Amino acid sequence: MSLVNHVGDRRARLNRDAIGAIAIIAVAVCGYFLFPNNLALLTRVTAIALLVLSIDLVTGYCGVATLGQAALFGAGTYGAGIAAVHFGITDPIVMLLIGVAAGAVAGLLSGFVVLRAHGLPQLVLSIALVHLAHEAANKASGWTGGSDGLSGITPDAIFGVYQFDLWGRTAYAFGIVILVVVFLVLRQLVRSPFGMLCRGIKQDPVRVRAMGASVHGTLIRMYAISGAVAGAGGALNAISTQVVGLDSLSFTLSAEALVMLVLGGTGSLYGALAGTLAFIWFEDVVSAANPFHWLTIVGALLIAVVLFAPKGLYGSTAAYLERRARKQA
Amino acid sequence: MQTVLSIAVDALAYGMVLFVISIGLSVTMGLMRVVNLSHGAFAMIGGYIASYAARDMGIGYAAAVILAVAGTIVIAIPIERLLYRRIYGAPELAQVLMTIGITFCIIGIANYVFGPTLKTIPTPEALRHSVSLGFRTISAHRLFAIGSGFAVAVGLWWFIERTAFGVRLRAAVDNAAMAAALGVKTQVVYAVSFAVAVGLAAFGGVVGAELLPIEPYYALRYMVTFLVVVSVGGAGSIVGALGACLLLGGIDTTGRYLMPEFGEFFFYLAVIAIVCLFPRGLIGRTN
Repeated sequence: MSLVNHVGDRRARLNRDAIGAIAIIAVAVCGYFLFPNNLALLTRVTAIALLVLSIDLVTGYCGVATLGQAALFGAGTYGAGIAAVHFGITDPIVMLLIGVAAGAVAGLLSGFVVLRAHGLPQLVLSIALVHLAHEAANKASGWTGGSDGLSGITPDAIFGVYQFDLWGRTAYAFGIVILVVVFLVLRQLVRSPFGMLCRGIKQDPVRVRAMGASVHGTLIRMYAISGAVAGAGGALNAISTQVVGLDSLSFTLSAEALVMLVLGGTGSLYGALAGTLAFIWFEDVVSAANPFHWLTIVGALLIAVVLFAPKGLYGSTAAYLERRARKQA
Repeated sequence: MQTVLSIAVDALAYGMVLFVISIGLSVTMGLMRVVNLSHGAFAMIGGYIASYAARDMGIGYAAAVILAVAGTIVIAIPIERLLYRRIYGAPELAQVLMTIGITFCIIGIANYVFGPTLKTIPTPEALRHSVSLGFRTISAHRLFAIGSGFAVAVGLWWFIERTAFGVRLRAAVDNAAMAAALGVKTQVVYAVSFAVAVGLAAFGGVVGAELLPIEPYYALRYMVTFLVVVSVGGAGSIVGALGACLLLGGIDTTGRYLMPEFGEFFFYLAVIAIVCLFPRGLIGRTN
């Protein structure tokens, strides 16, 4: 009986993942037809969504608050950019893989630093890391171009067929494919025994240690994985915009990405996507409608979310639907 | 030797300004356990009020400072009643989101009301002349900032350790339910400590306006610096915060003097080293 349930559960979860992937593609297609002149912005949304997903891995699943994830995003951007400019590697898939690897290494290193403390000191360590990376990239101008950034990145056609065009259609499709693939992989990951262990650590690290699992080792591994995801976002950013600048390593980007995650809701991956889309869309609409007050209105939105939807937009909606379903049953 | 002394004096002034502003944050974070990212926004409000009072209304410096502190507290108390009260004890992320939201609102409103330009606070004649220390001259205003820092440190220590209110505050922090059962009005205690913290922020914003100039993005620009100071010192510890301010002020000033092209590289490197060595801060309250 339990086996049947188990198989049923599994199928239901896979179905839900498929619905998630279809939803991403549906939103992407809508975006393509609704804003054909804004594909560059939409591609940027995709890259940021990868960054926010990576924060969800460490914050939502492991309970490690970080304001320094842009360091990993920037590692991916600069990894891909430096490979293209200094080593002449212009195949977009290879650039992406280099970005992923650079992000993973940066994640591993920053994991060792950030995991040394808890709570506020941990937050401050992550802030210090992203500032350090920013200053280092600024100083190492021979490699990174300093404050001018790296330009002249011209990726080849994907598989030699799909040329990157002026309207950014190829880049957009490329980004959406990466996002869907990463999303499906991460859904599997967070459901695996490893993902469960991470959730256990978030709830009670002492108990997990008492059961014989390595808390530190698990978190470091998750940090490296989150670095790989953020690096993929960074590489996508480098490939699509064809320039690499210091803004991809900024504290502001880190903070905004964390705000997007909390806005959407932590610990489900869906919340990360919903939060990214909602925040950037809201920011775009408000700043176009009233350039003087947009910051005030964004602030008011954040306060409203904490007061009325404390689990974030996605989390609170999901909880509401569940309550209603239970009432009807 | 002269350079060393010069750096030491500037570092002391900078550190003391940091101390006056961030000790209030240390109180809210260590005693009330709220990650208050909008602390810098209250310092900024204080600066704006003082600037408006002294420059546009022509009020004297001392009166402007008092007006700034009182005005900021008057603005902050409804915010505490309506918003902060709901996030006491909430998860850290909710506190971060709420206080960033408050910061954004305050920045937006300040930008609208006062405009995007830098605001100066005219200092009185007595603080404008320079004082000779033998090896260099220093503006009296800096000496005033240093003195204010020490006065705040001693005053706050006396307030928390030696007054009846301090006893109630420490009781409410250690065990709110038990303190309430013994007749301590914890809500009042929290409101008063919040007001003190905000008042100190405003005072620091005014006194430090020469080093940290008042402009609309002040609250975001120095948010990280104040957070770093509190976590290096250990939240809730006056001595720790003082030590952290002097140490970080020293590192930052030395870096700017000797290797300006490296920006804040060494500052953040030092922060990482210190926090890794003392995860609870130099002198942290154990939970």
